[in-house]
Amino acid sequence: MLIARVIGEVVATQKHPSHEARKVLLVQPLDLDGSEKADALVALDAVGAGVGDKVLVTTDGYAAFTSVGRSSSPIDMAVIGVIDRVDLPGA
Amino acid sequence: MLLGRVVGRVWSTVKDQALEGQRLLIVQPLTPELKATGKPLVCADSAGAGSGELVYYCRGREAGYAFLPREVPSDSTIVGIIDELHVKRGAPC
Repeated sequence: MLIARVIGEVVATQKHPSHEARKVLLVQPLDLDGSEKADALVALDAVGAGVGDKVLVTTDGYAAFTSVGRSSSPIDMAVIGVIDRVDLPGA
Repeated sequence: MLLGRVVGRVWSTVKDQALEGQRLLIVQPLTPELKATGKPLVCADSAGAGSGELVYYCRGREAGYAFLPREVPSDSTIVGIIDELHVKRGAPC
C-alpha cells in the first residue's frame, strides 16, 4: 500500500458500470518526508476520502475491487483508508 | 488506474480470437496537469473512447475483467472517459 494525498476528483459519465456510484479520486503518492513521489494515480474511493486528505492506497487489483465491493471488476487501485498520523520513531 | 489521452489506434488482423472486434487504442499517460509522462501504450477499450479523448485506464489482470463474461487477454483497458478533472494540489493536511 502507498501513502498518498488526494489532489482531485475525476468526473466521468461514460465509464465501466463497476465504477458507478463511487468517487473517482486523483491521488498523489508521497514519500515518508511528505514529498511527492512518482506520478499521480486514479483510484476509486472505498472510505469517503476527500480532497486534501492523506490516505492509504492499495495498488493491488484484488484488494481494490474487494474494498469497493465490486468483485472481479476492472479496478486496480482504491483508497482504503484516511491516515490520521504517521509515526516514524528514529527517523 | 492512470490518466491518459488517446493518441492513436492499432489495427491488427491476425490476433487472439478473444480480441476480435476489440478496439485497440494508443494511449499517452498524462500527469494531472495534462503533461505527457512515460511512454505510450496500447489499451483495449471498454468505454467507447475516441481519438484525442482524455481517459483513465486500468492495468494488470483486472484490465481483462472489463469485458466479463468474455475473457479478453488485455493487460491495459480504458475504463472511463473523463469529462472534467478537478485538481487541487498543495491542500493542507
